[in-house]
Amino acid sequence: MLMIEILPDKCDFCGCCVGICPEDAIELKEAEIRIIEELCTNCVKCVWSCPIEVLKFNRNGVKVNLDA
Amino acid sequence: MLKEYDVIVVGAGPAGSMAARYAAAKGVSVLMLEKDRDVGYPVRCGEAVSATRIAPFIDPDEKYIASHINKFSLIFPNGTEVTVPLEENGYILERRIFDYELAKLAANEGAEILTRAYVNGLLFDGGKVSGVKFEYRGEPHEVKAKVVIAADGVESRVGRWAGLKTHIDFRDMECCVQITASGINVNSNTCYFYFGKDYAPNGYFWIFPKGNNTANIGLGVGGMIGKKKSALSFLIDFMEKNYPNASILTQIAGGVPCTPTLKKITAPGIMLVGDAARQVNPLSGGGISSGMIGGSVAGEIAAESVKQKSPDLVLTYDKAWHERQGKKHIVYNKIKNAIYNFSDDKFNNIAESADNLPDNKKSLGNVFKAALIHNPSILIDVAKVFVIK
Repeated sequence: MLMIEILPDKCDFCGCCVGICPEDAIELKEAEIRIIEELCTNCVKCVWSCPIEVLKFNRNGVKVNLDA
Repeated sequence: MLKEYDVIVVGAGPAGSMAARYAAAKGVSVLMLEKDRDVGYPVRCGEAVSATRIAPFIDPDEKYIASHINKFSLIFPNGTEVTVPLEENGYILERRIFDYELAKLAANEGAEILTRAYVNGLLFDGGKVSGVKFEYRGEPHEVKAKVVIAADGVESRVGRWAGLKTHIDFRDMECCVQITASGINVNSNTCYFYFGKDYAPNGYFWIFPKGNNTANIGLGVGGMIGKKKSALSFLIDFMEKNYPNASILTQIAGGVPCTPTLKKITAPGIMLVGDAARQVNPLSGGGISSGMIGGSVAGEIAAESVKQKSPDLVLTYDKAWHERQGKKHIVYNKIKNAIYNFSDDKFNNIAESADNLPDNKKSLGNVFKAALIHNPSILIDVAKVFVIK
């Protein structure tokens, strides 16, 4: 279950979390970012490293919007 | 766009543009792909650079220089400010213009450039990288290349797809945030650095002037710090205390990989340059000039490999980079590890020794010597810097 959430309205698309992710589970285009649920291990290193508090850990799981 | 190029460069920052330019200058065909719509924007950089280190690559031009720097001012936790003149001058750049100029130089040598071209995979031929997959104008494309140069920045995904371990330990990532603000009354020839746990633990806080009372104000903290308090919180605290009424012109975030270069920055058919290769100076966090050096070295080797029809030549780039710059970064990293762990008391002791220096003896070197008195174990590493210089 995916427990990491990206708050897209706060994201600056800087790529810091992408560089840290040990699983290559974060995909970043110009101004689009998403976590690849199948690869993410909820290790939360991305949450710790975000300079502007865009990533959140949610123990109850995160809904993935398939329409996005 | 052709179906095949000799060299494809992924990412049009300074390292990518230099790689494209130096390869194209040797007469091979080059395509450079940039994921954003503009080369040079958004800027993710403090924009400080040494004038001498970029001089071999581009002529000085006021259109990309926001200010000329000849002094550093070091502010310690107890408020002591030590100002030292620089032996080598620096610039604060306008990166959005600087990067554009570097890309133009690559184009002038014959490199083709596409923006909004999002590379999302590699092509392989018998275990060797043989091209890239990318989206452009909503369409998927596949273009072959004899050599791929990954200049995709801090994210460094392209190298991963080739089997290189590029992800960085979160403790080695300096997590940064910066604003460009106006109404900042600082000397336009001075870079200001703040040290200590209130400003930027495991990192430093900076004010870099951009002229007309505007400045880049930002900081980086190590990932271990970010776990408890984000870079943004430190910046907000500083601004509320020091410049509550400043107008904010931009706000950016970014990660700076402050480690020695990756052990392997090549694989068959692929080379990594710039932040993607972790070619940042780990002590200062500066990556512009070292990325440009990495790009120029890689571009030349890539072109030679194509011209001599010798794919294995690509693999010599590991050693070429190490000899040129990489071995220095190993030592800088050791110094960083020592300094970043200084307590506020230790910084204050350094401030006292440095402040007592007579004005004509105030230099970065002498301040550094003062730091050594308080932490002699760094001395061995510093000696190495001079030995291998």
